[in-house]
Amino acid sequence: MMLDKAADFDVRQTLRLEMMPHFLCPGCGHGIALRALMWALDEIGYDRDKLAVVSGIGCAGRLSAYIDANTFHTTHGRPLAFATGLALARPDLRVVVIAGDGDCLAIGGNHLIHACRRNLNITCLMLNNEVYGMTGGQVSPTTSEQMLTTTTPLGNAEPAFDACALATGAGAGFVGREVTHHVPKLKQLIRQGLEHPGFAFIEVLSDCTEIFGRKNELGSSPEMILRQKSEIRPSAYRDTVDAPFRSTELDTGVLAVNDRPEYGTAYRAAAQAAKAAAGKGKAR
Amino acid sequence: MNAVVAPAVVSTAQLSSDRPAESSATGRMRLLSGNHAAALAAVDAGCRFFAGYPITPSSEVAERLSRLLPQVDGVFVQMEDEIASMAAVIGASMGGVKSMTATSGPGFSLKQENLGYACAAEIPCVVIDVMRGGPSTGMPTRPAQADLMQTRWGSHGDYPIIVLAPASVREIYDETVRAFTLSETLRTPVVVLYDQAIAQLTETVELPEPGAAPAAPERRWASGPREAFRPYAITDDQVPPMARPGDGYRTHTTGLTHSETGFPSQKPDVVERNQRRLLTKLAAHRTLHESVETLSCDDAEVLVVALGITARAARRAVGQLRAQGVKAGLFRPITLWPFPEERLREAAAHVKAVLVPEMNAGQLRLEVERVLRGHEVVGLNRYDGEAITPEAIAQQAAGLVGVTLAAPGAAPSAPSSAATMPPMVAAATPSKPGSCCGCGCASTSDNGGSKAGGQS
Repeated sequence: MMLDKAADFDVRQTLRLEMMPHFLCPGCGHGIALRALMWALDEIGYDRDKLAVVSGIGCAGRLSAYIDANTFHTTHGRPLAFATGLALARPDLRVVVIAGDGDCLAIGGNHLIHACRRNLNITCLMLNNEVYGMTGGQVSPTTSEQMLTTTTPLGNAEPAFDACALATGAGAGFVGREVTHHVPKLKQLIRQGLEHPGFAFIEVLSDCTEIFGRKNELGSSPEMILRQKSEIRPSAYRDTVDAPFRSTELDTGVLAVNDRPEYGTAYRAAAQAAKAAAGKGKAR
Repeated sequence: MNAVVAPAVVSTAQLSSDRPAESSATGRMRLLSGNHAAALAAVDAGCRFFAGYPITPSSEVAERLSRLLPQVDGVFVQMEDEIASMAAVIGASMGGVKSMTATSGPGFSLKQENLGYACAAEIPCVVIDVMRGGPSTGMPTRPAQADLMQTRWGSHGDYPIIVLAPASVREIYDETVRAFTLSETLRTPVVVLYDQAIAQLTETVELPEPGAAPAAPERRWASGPREAFRPYAITDDQVPPMARPGDGYRTHTTGLTHSETGFPSQKPDVVERNQRRLLTKLAAHRTLHESVETLSCDDAEVLVVALGITARAARRAVGQLRAQGVKAGLFRPITLWPFPEERLREAAAHVKAVLVPEMNAGQLRLEVERVLRGHEVVGLNRYDGEAITPEAIAQQAAGLVGVTLAAPGAAPSAPSSAATMPPMVAAATPSKPGSCCGCGCASTSDNGGSKAGGQS
């Protein structure tokens, strides 16, 4: 893959600088993901007046406020449901959802699987930091087994969801995963998701250094990111789901592409066909 | 004072008729259920987005709109749950499209967090809540009036909300249109609240001709330079214009407390200023949303305060009482919240006693007692899934002013046919095959979606 030079892209042009300094902790990977998103958007060319960013609650949910676009900070777990209404009502908008692992897989898990099934033209970034950071470090559906959190003082006994396996199984149009260590690759993956006509689910492995890392003695942010890098298996494309839980090695890159009709387009086509039929006296 | 809303055009003869719908000089005559009327009203008001989740006894609203909306380039979507449907409705409205959902008690409970979001972020939307027996799963196919307080206080925190409580099929049409008008004008969610009896009651109603129907006004959109625009500005009318995505304002919307810029703030003075505007904006527009019906209140000694299906029984009871020389009056809040306090005080200024019949354990009575401090306020309550009869209301109201009525059934003929139809009889009236429901579809039954005994 030819990687682009990050230096050519000035993220400041795309953000609300009056909102700086941002509130993310030192070492947090969410800022890298935000930069990659804006870079991908910049590359494909977008009208910021027609960009809508919908976010949930938590550290990831706060990112929408920094983007110079139409931004909606909604309720916990529900950004995909808000975005569904927005995208159906306004097909002229480009709708991007930024959510956390709690948003997408716990309180909003139902919305994720149905967004995947419905295949509406929305790009969803799930920033996975394995923990509820905003509320102080509780266990999440993606916390690895044995890890310590404020609500698993004995070590996490639950398996961690493989979010991409879940999205693939639920029929998402496009599924991919990347780590923040590979910014150009992450940008490229997000770009492919943005360009896919349908629901794109992209998991970004972020790192919560201050809370999750400190609790589990995972070291500094670079150390956490290098550990993530050692656990990934690049670009293992798959169409089928082997196991719903996180394995010791995580696949990255484009993991599934499902070229089926985009929901909004299909709905409007059916409505037009029904109107045409009614005009000819063939109403059902 | 006279009634502000004309009673529904309904009679026993019409209800048992198998004649197809007919046109009159002034409008469309239709045999409609309440839920069907709500769907037609939404489309006439300009609603172009509906998201919902099936629940008895509101599902017919969704079923109708799934047919109607694609015909007018609108969108219907059945979401994965009640929470998602409320969220999708708010999302569509944030996109600038008039939007609605419909539900019943258990679903209304699930919608509360996002309903509060719409109140706080001031996103217009309409929610129909069809009340059934409760609490919990309760009696899905039986009527109740037990969501009165939930519509006002169901979400957390202090927030403004408008709740309209129609009492007939025709009034469901009118109040649903009005809900969109108020929602768009005042940037607030509006709940249209009625019970299972009216939802599935079938009445002949006269609707405005298509095109003559009163579409709700357009929301006031942001204008002028982007730099000067503040999405939550403290304006004279307390209702700031809204930015529409695509118009270049690129605003931020959040459920966090926010400043006039729309961005989060927890500064006490900023929070206080915006919260005060939010909590007083409806009071500043009382004449716009306040609506009541009063009947024979001027010289009344006993006042009956009731709404929805119970108000129809109360209307007949007042006629029976008057026929026997008891000075009775009816006060019916059509706008339930904000509660029409002053109007009730006026109506009750000279009465000796107040009776509040309602199909719950005393929710409306709580509010009436608060407003009419010092008055004797008595409740007449049923929560067994049955409607309160005119006779029960008349008996108790007469007793409050020391009169014993003649035996039930001895009352002279009813003063208004509108109040006389027992709802269960009417709801059981089948419509005949071959007549379109009024939406242009091939459907033949008004209650086709509500299977007898169906559970949610």
